[in-house]
Amino acid sequence: MRSVETLRMDKFLAMGGFAQYVWPAYAAFFVILAGDVLATVVRRRRVLRELRGRLARQGTRRPRVSA
Amino acid sequence: MNAFKLWYHKLGSPPYFYVFAGYIQPWLWTIALLLAAVGLYGGLVLAPPDALQGDAFRIIFVHVPAAWMSLFVYGVMAVSAFVAVIWRPKMAEVLAMESAPIGAAFTLIALITGSLWGKPMWGTYWTWDARLTSELVLFFIYLGIIGLYHAFDDPRQGARAASFLAMIGAVNLPIVHYSVVWWNTLHQGTTVHYFGPSSIAPSMLWPLLLMTIAAKFYYGASLMGRSRVALLSLERGKDWVADEVRGDTAHG
Amino acid sequence: MSAASLGGAFRTMLVRDLLLAWRRRGDAMLPVLYAIIVATLFPFALGPEHALLARIAGGVVLVTVLLAMLLALDNVFRGDLDDGALEQMLLAPQPLSLLLAARMLAYWLVTALPLLLVAPVLAYMLGLEPAAQPVLLLALLLATPLLALLGIVLTALTAGTRRSGMLLSLMLLPLAVPIVIFAAGAVGAAQQGLPWVAPLAWLAAALALALVLAPLACATALRIALDT
Repeated sequence: MRSVETLRMDKFLAMGGFAQYVWPAYAAFFVILAGDVLATVVRRRRVLRELRGRLARQGTRRPRVSA
Repeated sequence: MNAFKLWYHKLGSPPYFYVFAGYIQPWLWTIALLLAAVGLYGGLVLAPPDALQGDAFRIIFVHVPAAWMSLFVYGVMAVSAFVAVIWRPKMAEVLAMESAPIGAAFTLIALITGSLWGKPMWGTYWTWDARLTSELVLFFIYLGIIGLYHAFDDPRQGARAASFLAMIGAVNLPIVHYSVVWWNTLHQGTTVHYFGPSSIAPSMLWPLLLMTIAAKFYYGASLMGRSRVALLSLERGKDWVADEVRGDTAHG
Repeated sequence: MSAASLGGAFRTMLVRDLLLAWRRRGDAMLPVLYAIIVATLFPFALGPEHALLARIAGGVVLVTVLLAMLLALDNVFRGDLDDGALEQMLLAPQPLSLLLAARMLAYWLVTALPLLLVAPVLAYMLGLEPAAQPVLLLALLLATPLLALLGIVLTALTAGTRRSGMLLSLMLLPLAVPIVIFAAGAVGAAQQGLPWVAPLAWLAAALALALVLAPLACATALRIALDT
Protein backbone atom coordinates (compact mmCIF):
# COMPACT_ATOMS: atom_id res chain seq x y z
CA MET A 1 0.00 0.00 0.00
CA ARG A 2 1.35 3.40 -0.97
CA SER A 3 1.85 6.09 1.59
CA VAL A 4 -0.01 9.38 1.63
CA GLU A 5 3.15 11.24 0.61
CA THR A 6 3.63 9.13 -2.53
CA LEU A 7 0.03 9.73 -3.54
CA ARG A 8 0.43 13.46 -3.02
CA MET A 9 3.64 13.39 -5.01
CA ASP A 10 1.93 11.49 -7.83
CA LYS A 11 -0.90 14.01 -7.86
CA PHE A 12 1.61 16.85 -7.95
CA LEU A 13 3.57 15.27 -10.80
CA ALA A 14 0.38 14.56 -12.77
CA MET A 15 -0.43 18.31 -12.85
CA GLY A 16 -4.14 17.61 -13.26
CA GLY A 17 -3.51 15.76 -16.52
CA PHE A 18 -1.34 18.54 -17.98
CA ALA A 19 2.01 17.02 -16.97
CA GLN A 20 3.10 16.55 -20.58
CA TYR A 21 2.89 20.32 -21.13
CA VAL A 22 3.82 21.78 -17.74
CA TRP A 23 7.01 19.82 -17.06
CA PRO A 24 8.57 20.23 -20.51
CA ALA A 25 7.93 23.97 -20.19
CA TYR A 26 9.77 24.08 -16.87
CA ALA A 27 12.48 21.82 -18.28
CA ALA A 28 12.94 24.16 -21.26
CA PHE A 29 13.23 27.14 -18.90
CA PHE A 30 15.93 25.55 -16.75
CA VAL A 31 17.81 23.67 -19.48
CA ILE A 32 18.18 26.75 -21.70
CA LEU A 33 19.30 28.96 -18.81
CA ALA A 34 21.69 26.22 -17.64
CA GLY A 35 23.05 26.15 -21.18
CA ASP A 36 23.64 29.90 -20.97
CA VAL A 37 25.58 29.48 -17.71
CA LEU A 38 27.48 26.46 -19.00
CA ALA A 39 28.49 28.30 -22.17
CA THR A 40 29.98 31.06 -20.04
CA VAL A 41 31.86 28.57 -17.84
CA VAL A 42 33.28 26.76 -20.87
CA ARG A 43 34.27 30.04 -22.52
CA ARG A 44 35.93 31.24 -19.31
CA ARG A 45 38.00 28.05 -19.11
CA ARG A 46 39.02 28.37 -22.77
CA VAL A 47 40.00 32.04 -22.45
CA LEU A 48 41.97 31.39 -19.28
CA ARG A 49 43.80 28.47 -20.92
CA GLU A 50 44.69 30.70 -23.87
CA LEU A 51 45.87 33.49 -21.60
CA ARG A 52 47.95 31.11 -19.51
CA GLY A 53 49.62 29.78 -22.65
CA ARG A 54 50.26 33.34 -23.81
CA LEU A 55 51.75 34.24 -20.44
CA ALA A 56 53.98 31.14 -20.43
CA ARG A 57 55.31 31.95 -23.91
CA GLN A 58 56.06 35.53 -22.92
CA GLY A 59 57.71 34.39 -19.70
CA THR A 60 60.21 32.16 -21.51
CA ARG A 61 61.13 34.84 -24.03
CA ARG A 62 61.64 37.82 -21.77
CA PRO A 63 60.88 38.57 -18.16
CA ARG A 64 57.86 40.84 -17.92
CA VAL A 65 58.67 44.38 -16.91
CA SER A 66 56.46 45.19 -13.97
CA ALA A 67 54.35 48.24 -14.66
CA MET B 1 32.46 65.70 -10.08
CA ASN B 2 29.51 64.19 -8.23
CA ALA B 3 29.47 60.69 -6.79
CA PHE B 4 27.39 59.15 -9.54
CA LYS B 5 29.60 60.46 -12.32
CA LEU B 6 32.67 59.23 -10.48
CA TRP B 7 31.10 55.81 -10.06
CA TYR B 8 30.11 55.75 -13.74
CA HIS B 9 33.64 56.53 -14.87
CA LYS B 10 35.12 53.98 -12.49
CA LEU B 11 32.78 51.25 -13.76
CA GLY B 12 33.73 52.21 -17.30
CA SER B 13 37.28 51.06 -16.60
CA PRO B 14 37.61 47.34 -17.41
CA PRO B 15 39.79 46.26 -14.43
CA TYR B 16 37.50 48.03 -11.98
CA PHE B 17 34.41 46.56 -13.61
CA TYR B 18 35.98 43.10 -13.56
CA VAL B 19 36.50 43.25 -9.81
CA PHE B 20 33.12 44.88 -9.19
CA ALA B 21 31.30 42.26 -11.29
CA GLY B 22 33.14 39.44 -9.55
CA TYR B 23 32.11 40.90 -6.20
CA ILE B 24 28.38 41.31 -6.91
CA GLN B 25 27.94 38.15 -9.01
CA PRO B 26 27.54 35.69 -6.06
CA TRP B 27 25.00 38.04 -4.47
CA LEU B 28 22.97 38.23 -7.67
CA TRP B 29 23.07 34.44 -7.94
CA THR B 30 21.96 33.96 -4.34
CA ILE B 31 19.05 36.38 -4.65
CA ALA B 32 17.97 34.90 -8.00
CA LEU B 33 18.01 31.32 -6.71
CA LEU B 34 16.24 32.17 -3.43
CA LEU B 35 13.50 34.14 -5.17
CA ALA B 36 13.08 31.42 -7.79
CA ALA B 37 12.82 28.72 -5.12
CA VAL B 38 10.11 30.58 -3.22
CA GLY B 39 8.36 31.61 -6.45
CA LEU B 40 8.36 28.06 -7.79
CA TYR B 41 6.99 26.70 -4.54
CA GLY B 42 4.25 29.31 -4.58
CA GLY B 43 3.47 28.74 -8.23
CA LEU B 44 3.66 24.96 -8.43
CA VAL B 45 2.37 23.97 -5.00
CA LEU B 46 0.53 26.75 -3.18
CA ALA B 47 -1.44 28.39 -6.01
CA PRO B 48 -4.72 26.53 -6.61
CA PRO B 49 -5.49 25.22 -10.14
CA ASP B 50 -7.12 27.77 -12.42
CA ALA B 51 -10.90 27.46 -12.88
CA LEU B 52 -10.65 27.48 -16.68
CA GLN B 53 -7.22 26.10 -17.48
CA GLY B 54 -6.66 23.66 -14.64
CA ASP B 55 -3.00 23.09 -13.85
CA ALA B 56 -1.87 24.08 -17.35
CA PHE B 57 -1.86 27.72 -16.26
CA ARG B 58 1.23 27.00 -14.15
CA ILE B 59 3.28 27.45 -17.32
CA ILE B 60 2.82 31.22 -16.89
CA PHE B 61 5.33 31.19 -14.02
CA VAL B 62 8.09 30.49 -16.53
CA HIS B 63 6.48 31.82 -19.73
CA VAL B 64 5.56 35.32 -18.60
CA PRO B 65 8.90 36.11 -16.88
CA ALA B 66 10.76 34.86 -19.97
CA ALA B 67 8.58 36.92 -22.32
CA TRP B 68 9.04 40.04 -20.19
CA MET B 69 12.77 39.44 -19.95
CA SER B 70 13.05 39.05 -23.72
CA LEU B 71 11.94 42.68 -24.03
CA PHE B 72 13.69 43.94 -20.90
CA VAL B 73 17.04 42.55 -22.04
CA TYR B 74 16.51 44.12 -25.45
CA GLY B 75 15.88 47.44 -23.73
CA VAL B 76 19.09 47.22 -21.71
CA MET B 77 21.00 46.08 -24.79
CA ALA B 78 19.59 48.95 -26.89
CA VAL B 79 20.59 51.55 -24.29
CA SER B 80 24.14 50.13 -24.01
CA ALA B 81 24.27 49.90 -27.81
CA PHE B 82 23.28 53.55 -28.11
CA VAL B 83 26.02 54.56 -25.66
CA ALA B 84 28.46 52.26 -27.48
CA VAL B 85 27.78 53.83 -30.89
CA ILE B 86 27.80 57.45 -29.71
CA TRP B 87 30.58 57.56 -27.07
CA ARG B 88 32.35 54.25 -27.80
CA PRO B 89 33.28 53.18 -24.26
CA LYS B 90 34.47 49.59 -24.25
CA MET B 91 32.21 48.61 -21.35
CA ALA B 92 29.01 49.63 -23.16
CA GLU B 93 30.03 47.47 -26.14
CA VAL B 94 30.71 44.51 -23.86
CA LEU B 95 27.43 44.88 -21.97
CA ALA B 96 25.40 45.20 -25.19
CA MET B 97 27.03 42.21 -26.87
CA GLU B 98 26.92 39.96 -23.82
CA SER B 99 23.25 40.83 -23.28
CA ALA B 100 22.26 39.59 -26.74
CA PRO B 101 22.70 35.82 -26.14
CA ILE B 102 20.87 36.06 -22.79
CA GLY B 103 18.01 37.89 -24.47
CA ALA B 104 17.92 35.31 -27.24
CA ALA B 105 17.81 32.54 -24.60
CA PHE B 106 14.83 34.17 -22.86
CA THR B 107 13.08 34.67 -26.19
CA LEU B 108 13.59 31.02 -27.06
CA ILE B 109 12.17 30.01 -23.66
CA ALA B 110 9.16 32.28 -24.21
CA LEU B 111 8.59 30.65 -27.62
CA ILE B 112 8.89 27.07 -26.37
CA THR B 113 6.82 27.55 -23.21
CA GLY B 114 4.29 29.60 -25.17
CA SER B 115 3.72 26.83 -27.66
CA LEU B 116 3.61 24.22 -24.87
CA TRP B 117 0.92 26.35 -23.24
CA GLY B 118 -0.84 26.79 -26.56
CA LYS B 119 -1.30 23.05 -27.14
CA PRO B 120 -3.83 22.43 -24.33
CA MET B 121 -5.41 25.88 -24.81
CA TRP B 122 -5.67 26.22 -28.59
CA GLY B 123 -5.28 22.56 -29.53
CA THR B 124 -2.08 23.26 -31.46
CA TYR B 125 1.53 23.98 -30.61
CA TRP B 126 1.73 26.89 -32.97
CA THR B 127 -0.79 29.46 -34.00
CA TRP B 128 0.03 32.74 -35.67
CA ASP B 129 -1.18 34.72 -32.71
CA ALA B 130 0.18 38.25 -32.38
CA ARG B 131 2.25 37.66 -29.26
CA LEU B 132 3.94 34.43 -30.37
CA THR B 133 4.63 35.87 -33.82
CA SER B 134 6.22 39.02 -32.36
CA GLU B 135 8.40 36.86 -30.13
CA LEU B 136 9.52 34.87 -33.16
CA VAL B 137 10.50 38.04 -35.03
CA LEU B 138 12.30 39.26 -31.91
CA PHE B 139 14.22 35.97 -31.81
CA PHE B 140 15.35 36.47 -35.42
CA ILE B 141 16.44 40.03 -34.62
CA TYR B 142 18.54 38.75 -31.71
CA LEU B 143 20.10 36.12 -34.00
CA GLY B 144 20.91 38.79 -36.57
CA ILE B 145 22.67 40.91 -33.94
CA ILE B 146 24.68 37.93 -32.64
CA GLY B 147 25.50 36.85 -36.19
CA LEU B 148 26.72 40.30 -37.21
CA TYR B 149 28.87 40.56 -34.07
CA HIS B 150 30.63 37.29 -34.89
CA ALA B 151 31.04 38.08 -38.59
CA PHE B 152 33.79 40.61 -37.91
CA ASP B 153 37.37 39.57 -37.20
CA ASP B 154 37.84 42.46 -34.78
CA PRO B 155 35.44 42.01 -31.84
CA ARG B 156 35.28 45.75 -31.07
CA GLN B 157 34.35 46.62 -34.64
CA GLY B 158 31.80 43.80 -34.64
CA ALA B 159 30.38 45.08 -31.36
CA ARG B 160 29.91 48.57 -32.79
CA ALA B 161 28.28 47.29 -35.99
CA ALA B 162 25.99 44.94 -34.06
CA SER B 163 25.17 47.75 -31.62
CA PHE B 164 24.03 49.88 -34.54
CA LEU B 165 21.87 46.99 -35.75
CA ALA B 166 20.43 46.71 -32.23
CA MET B 167 19.50 50.40 -32.41
CA ILE B 168 17.76 49.95 -35.78
CA GLY B 169 15.97 46.95 -34.29
CA ALA B 170 14.88 49.00 -31.28
CA VAL B 171 13.23 51.54 -33.60
CA ASN B 172 11.68 48.74 -35.60
CA LEU B 173 10.40 46.55 -32.74
CA PRO B 174 7.32 48.63 -31.82
CA ILE B 175 6.47 48.88 -35.52
CA VAL B 176 6.82 45.10 -35.86
CA HIS B 177 4.56 44.59 -32.86
CA TYR B 178 1.80 46.92 -34.03
CA SER B 179 1.93 45.68 -37.60
CA VAL B 180 1.63 42.09 -36.36
CA VAL B 181 -1.34 43.02 -34.16
CA TRP B 182 -2.97 44.78 -37.12
CA TRP B 183 -2.24 41.80 -39.39
CA ASN B 184 -3.76 39.49 -36.80
CA THR B 185 -7.03 41.41 -36.57
CA LEU B 186 -7.11 41.76 -40.36
CA HIS B 187 -7.10 38.01 -40.81
CA GLN B 188 -9.33 37.34 -37.80
CA GLY B 189 -6.70 35.30 -36.07
CA THR B 190 -6.87 33.90 -32.59
CA THR B 191 -7.67 36.83 -30.32
CA VAL B 192 -7.73 34.73 -27.19
CA HIS B 193 -6.92 36.62 -24.04
CA TYR B 194 -6.24 34.06 -21.41
CA PHE B 195 -4.46 36.53 -19.39
CA GLY B 196 -5.83 39.91 -18.41
CA PRO B 197 -4.59 41.78 -15.36
CA SER B 198 -8.06 41.60 -13.83
CA SER B 199 -8.16 37.81 -13.90
CA ILE B 200 -5.00 37.31 -11.85
CA ALA B 201 -5.69 36.12 -8.34
CA PRO B 202 -3.24 37.24 -5.64
CA SER B 203 -2.23 33.60 -5.11
CA MET B 204 -0.98 33.60 -8.73
CA LEU B 205 0.37 37.11 -8.70
CA TRP B 206 3.02 36.93 -6.00
CA PRO B 207 4.79 33.83 -7.36
CA LEU B 208 4.69 35.42 -10.81
CA LEU B 209 6.26 38.62 -9.50
CA LEU B 210 8.90 36.66 -7.59
CA MET B 211 9.78 34.65 -10.69
CA THR B 212 10.01 37.86 -12.73
CA ILE B 213 12.36 39.50 -10.22
CA ALA B 214 14.38 36.26 -10.02
CA ALA B 215 14.75 36.32 -13.80
CA LYS B 216 16.04 39.91 -13.62
CA PHE B 217 18.64 38.91 -11.02
CA TYR B 218 19.58 35.89 -13.11
CA TYR B 219 20.12 38.23 -16.06
CA GLY B 220 22.34 40.41 -13.89
CA ALA B 221 24.37 37.42 -12.68
CA SER B 222 24.77 35.93 -16.16
CA LEU B 223 25.66 39.32 -17.65
CA MET B 224 28.37 39.86 -15.02
CA GLY B 225 29.84 36.40 -15.67
CA ARG B 226 29.77 36.87 -19.42
CA SER B 227 31.22 40.38 -19.28
CA ARG B 228 34.10 39.22 -17.08
CA VAL B 229 35.09 36.57 -19.63
CA ALA B 230 34.69 39.01 -22.51
CA LEU B 231 36.92 41.54 -20.73
CA LEU B 232 39.65 38.95 -20.12
CA SER B 233 39.58 38.11 -23.80
CA LEU B 234 39.43 41.72 -25.04
CA GLU B 235 42.14 43.09 -22.74
CA ARG B 236 44.47 40.13 -23.17
CA GLY B 237 47.61 42.23 -23.58
CA LYS B 238 47.03 44.27 -20.43
CA ASP B 239 48.88 43.84 -17.14
CA TRP B 240 45.75 43.50 -15.02
CA VAL B 241 44.68 40.48 -17.07
CA ALA B 242 48.09 38.87 -16.61
CA ASP B 243 47.83 39.46 -12.86
CA GLU B 244 44.33 38.02 -12.86
CA VAL B 245 45.40 34.88 -14.76
CA ARG B 246 48.34 34.36 -12.40
CA GLY B 247 46.08 34.76 -9.38
CA ASP B 248 43.60 32.32 -10.88
CA THR B 249 46.33 29.76 -11.48
CA ALA B 250 47.62 30.17 -7.92
CA HIS B 251 44.16 29.52 -6.54
CA GLY B 252 43.90 26.27 -8.41
CA MET C 1 41.25 70.77 -57.28
CA SER C 2 37.85 72.23 -56.65
CA ALA C 3 35.14 70.29 -54.91
CA ALA C 4 32.02 69.65 -56.94
CA SER C 5 28.79 71.20 -55.69
CA LEU C 6 26.41 69.00 -53.74
CA GLY C 7 23.99 68.58 -56.62
CA GLY C 8 26.87 67.96 -58.99
CA ALA C 9 28.35 65.27 -56.76
CA PHE C 10 24.98 63.59 -56.41
CA ARG C 11 24.47 63.62 -60.19
CA THR C 12 27.99 62.37 -60.90
CA MET C 13 27.56 59.50 -58.45
CA LEU C 14 24.18 58.56 -59.91
CA VAL C 15 25.38 58.68 -63.50
CA ARG C 16 28.46 56.62 -62.62
CA ASP C 17 26.40 53.93 -60.87
CA LEU C 18 23.86 53.78 -63.68
CA LEU C 19 26.62 53.58 -66.27
CA LEU C 20 28.30 50.74 -64.37
CA ALA C 21 24.98 48.94 -64.16
CA TRP C 22 24.38 49.46 -67.88
CA ARG C 23 27.76 47.96 -68.75
CA ARG C 24 26.72 44.85 -66.83
CA ARG C 25 23.08 44.83 -67.80
CA GLY C 26 23.01 41.04 -67.79
CA ASP C 27 23.62 41.11 -64.03
CA ALA C 28 20.83 43.65 -63.59
CA MET C 29 18.38 41.29 -65.27
CA LEU C 30 19.14 38.44 -62.87
CA PRO C 31 16.78 39.56 -60.07
CA VAL C 32 13.95 39.87 -62.58
CA LEU C 33 14.63 36.39 -63.89
CA TYR C 34 14.81 35.10 -60.34
CA ALA C 35 11.44 36.68 -59.49
CA ILE C 36 9.80 35.16 -62.56
CA ILE C 37 11.15 31.70 -61.78
CA VAL C 38 10.18 31.81 -58.11
CA ALA C 39 6.67 33.04 -58.92
CA THR C 40 6.33 30.25 -61.49
CA LEU C 41 7.20 27.64 -58.90
CA PHE C 42 4.10 28.41 -56.83
CA PRO C 43 1.54 27.02 -59.30
CA PHE C 44 3.73 23.93 -59.68
CA ALA C 45 3.87 23.47 -55.93
CA LEU C 46 0.26 24.28 -55.15
CA GLY C 47 -1.54 23.13 -58.30
CA PRO C 48 -3.13 25.31 -60.96
CA GLU C 49 -6.38 25.85 -59.05
CA HIS C 50 -7.45 29.36 -59.97
CA ALA C 51 -9.21 30.39 -56.74
CA LEU C 52 -6.26 29.44 -54.54
CA LEU C 53 -3.67 31.13 -56.75
CA ALA C 54 -5.79 34.28 -57.03
CA ARG C 55 -6.04 34.46 -53.26
CA ILE C 56 -2.29 34.25 -52.68
CA ALA C 57 -1.20 36.17 -55.82
CA GLY C 58 -0.59 39.51 -54.05
CA GLY C 59 1.44 37.97 -51.24
CA VAL C 60 3.46 35.76 -53.58
CA VAL C 61 4.43 38.68 -55.80
CA LEU C 62 5.40 40.83 -52.80
CA VAL C 63 7.55 38.17 -51.16
CA THR C 64 9.13 37.28 -54.50
CA VAL C 65 10.05 40.91 -55.16
CA LEU C 66 11.49 41.18 -51.63
CA LEU C 67 13.67 38.10 -52.17
CA ALA C 68 14.80 39.28 -55.59
CA MET C 69 15.85 42.62 -54.12
CA LEU C 70 17.72 40.82 -51.35
CA LEU C 71 19.60 38.87 -54.00
CA ALA C 72 20.99 42.05 -55.52
CA LEU C 73 21.82 43.76 -52.21
CA ASP C 74 25.08 41.92 -51.69
CA ASN C 75 26.66 43.67 -54.67
CA VAL C 76 25.77 47.22 -53.63
CA PHE C 77 29.15 47.94 -52.01
CA ARG C 78 31.09 44.86 -53.16
CA GLY C 79 32.75 46.34 -56.25
CA ASP C 80 33.61 49.66 -54.60
CA LEU C 81 35.01 47.86 -51.59
CA ASP C 82 37.29 45.72 -53.74
CA ASP C 83 38.71 48.51 -55.92
CA GLY C 84 39.01 51.08 -53.13
CA ALA C 85 36.38 53.48 -54.47
CA LEU C 86 34.54 53.21 -51.16
CA GLU C 87 37.53 54.66 -49.29
CA GLN C 88 37.50 57.58 -51.73
CA MET C 89 33.81 58.14 -50.99
CA LEU C 90 34.57 58.22 -47.27
CA LEU C 91 37.29 60.83 -47.86
CA ALA C 92 35.31 62.94 -50.33
CA PRO C 93 34.63 66.56 -49.30
CA GLN C 94 30.93 66.06 -49.98
CA PRO C 95 28.83 64.53 -47.18
CA LEU C 96 28.95 60.73 -47.35
CA SER C 97 25.20 60.52 -46.82
CA LEU C 98 24.61 62.46 -50.04
CA LEU C 99 26.76 60.09 -52.07
CA LEU C 100 25.01 57.15 -50.45
CA ALA C 101 21.62 58.63 -51.29
CA ALA C 102 22.70 58.61 -54.94
CA ARG C 103 23.78 54.99 -54.53
CA MET C 104 20.38 54.12 -53.04
CA LEU C 105 18.51 55.81 -55.88
CA ALA C 106 20.68 54.01 -58.43
CA TYR C 107 20.05 50.67 -56.72
CA TRP C 108 16.31 51.28 -56.74
CA LEU C 109 16.32 52.31 -60.42
CA VAL C 110 18.45 49.33 -61.47
CA THR C 111 16.95 46.57 -59.31
CA ALA C 112 13.46 47.57 -58.24
CA LEU C 113 12.20 49.31 -61.34
CA PRO C 114 12.46 46.25 -63.63
CA LEU C 115 10.81 44.20 -60.87
CA LEU C 116 7.97 46.74 -60.76
CA LEU C 117 7.50 46.21 -64.48
CA VAL C 118 7.23 42.43 -64.29
CA ALA C 119 5.24 42.34 -61.04
CA PRO C 120 1.85 43.17 -62.64
CA VAL C 121 2.49 40.49 -65.28
CA LEU C 122 3.29 37.91 -62.61
CA ALA C 123 0.24 38.95 -60.60
CA TYR C 124 -1.92 38.63 -63.70
CA MET C 125 -0.54 35.18 -64.47
CA LEU C 126 -1.36 34.11 -60.90
CA GLY C 127 -4.89 35.43 -61.41
CA LEU C 128 -5.01 38.55 -59.24
CA GLU C 129 -8.29 40.46 -59.76
CA PRO C 130 -7.87 43.46 -62.07
CA ALA C 131 -9.35 45.67 -59.34
CA ALA C 132 -6.44 44.86 -57.02
CA GLN C 133 -3.74 45.41 -59.68
CA PRO C 134 -3.34 49.18 -59.18
CA VAL C 135 -3.21 48.66 -55.41
CA LEU C 136 -0.46 46.07 -55.81
CA LEU C 137 1.53 48.42 -58.02
CA LEU C 138 1.07 51.29 -55.57
CA ALA C 139 2.05 49.04 -52.66
CA LEU C 140 5.19 47.95 -54.52
CA LEU C 141 5.94 51.55 -55.45
CA LEU C 142 6.03 52.40 -51.74
CA ALA C 143 7.48 49.13 -50.40
CA THR C 144 10.43 48.71 -52.80
CA PRO C 145 12.12 52.04 -51.97
CA LEU C 146 11.62 51.30 -48.27
CA LEU C 147 13.23 47.89 -48.69
CA ALA C 148 16.04 49.42 -50.72
CA LEU C 149 16.76 52.04 -48.04
CA LEU C 150 16.61 49.58 -45.15
CA GLY C 151 18.52 46.93 -47.08
CA ILE C 152 21.37 49.24 -48.06
CA VAL C 153 21.82 50.47 -44.47
CA LEU C 154 22.17 46.84 -43.36
CA THR C 155 24.45 46.00 -46.30
CA ALA C 156 26.69 48.89 -45.23
CA LEU C 157 26.92 47.32 -41.77
CA THR C 158 28.17 44.05 -43.25
CA ALA C 159 30.64 45.78 -45.60
CA GLY C 160 33.62 44.94 -43.38
CA THR C 161 32.83 41.22 -43.29
CA ARG C 162 33.61 38.55 -45.83
CA ARG C 163 30.64 36.17 -45.66
CA SER C 164 27.54 38.34 -45.71
CA GLY C 165 24.93 36.74 -47.97
CA MET C 166 23.06 34.60 -45.44
CA LEU C 167 23.76 37.06 -42.64
CA LEU C 168 22.16 39.86 -44.63
CA SER C 169 18.91 37.96 -45.04
CA LEU C 170 18.91 37.10 -41.33
CA MET C 171 19.29 40.81 -40.57
CA LEU C 172 16.91 42.21 -43.16
CA LEU C 173 13.95 39.82 -43.21
CA PRO C 174 12.78 40.31 -39.59
CA LEU C 175 13.04 44.08 -39.98
CA ALA C 176 11.11 43.90 -43.25
CA VAL C 177 8.13 42.17 -41.61
CA PRO C 178 6.08 45.38 -41.16
CA ILE C 179 6.67 46.38 -44.80
CA VAL C 180 5.42 43.00 -46.02
CA ILE C 181 2.43 43.11 -43.67
CA PHE C 182 1.27 46.58 -44.71
CA ALA C 183 1.88 46.09 -48.43
CA ALA C 184 0.23 42.66 -48.53
CA GLY C 185 -2.52 43.88 -46.22
CA ALA C 186 -3.43 46.65 -48.64
CA VAL C 187 -3.57 44.22 -51.57
CA GLY C 188 -5.60 41.74 -49.53
CA ALA C 189 -8.04 44.45 -48.50
CA ALA C 190 -8.45 45.55 -52.11
CA GLN C 191 -9.12 41.95 -53.13
CA GLN C 192 -11.92 41.75 -50.58
CA GLY C 193 -13.29 45.14 -51.61
CA LEU C 194 -12.32 46.74 -48.29
CA PRO C 195 -10.70 50.17 -47.85
CA TRP C 196 -6.96 49.86 -48.49
CA VAL C 197 -5.71 53.41 -48.08
CA ALA C 198 -4.68 53.22 -44.41
CA PRO C 199 -1.85 50.63 -44.70
CA LEU C 200 -0.49 52.39 -47.79
CA ALA C 201 -0.59 55.71 -45.93
CA TRP C 202 1.52 54.09 -43.19
CA LEU C 203 3.97 52.86 -45.80
CA ALA C 204 4.14 56.34 -47.33
CA ALA C 205 4.79 57.90 -43.92
CA ALA C 206 7.53 55.34 -43.22
CA LEU C 207 9.05 56.03 -46.65
CA ALA C 208 9.11 59.79 -46.03
CA LEU C 209 10.90 59.21 -42.73
CA ALA C 210 13.30 56.66 -44.21
CA LEU C 211 14.22 58.96 -47.11
CA VAL C 212 15.59 61.45 -44.60
CA LEU C 213 17.09 59.06 -42.05
CA ALA C 214 18.41 56.18 -44.17
CA PRO C 215 21.27 58.03 -45.93
CA LEU C 216 22.46 59.39 -42.57
CA ALA C 217 22.15 55.97 -40.91
CA CYS C 218 23.92 54.39 -43.89
CA ALA C 219 26.83 56.82 -43.58
CA THR C 220 27.17 55.98 -39.88
CA ALA C 221 26.91 52.26 -40.61
CA LEU C 222 29.58 52.41 -43.30
CA ARG C 223 31.98 54.33 -41.07
CA ILE C 224 31.45 51.75 -38.31
CA ALA C 225 31.86 48.77 -40.63
CA LEU C 226 35.03 50.14 -42.23
CA ASP C 227 36.30 51.47 -38.90
CA THR C 228 37.11 55.07 -39.78
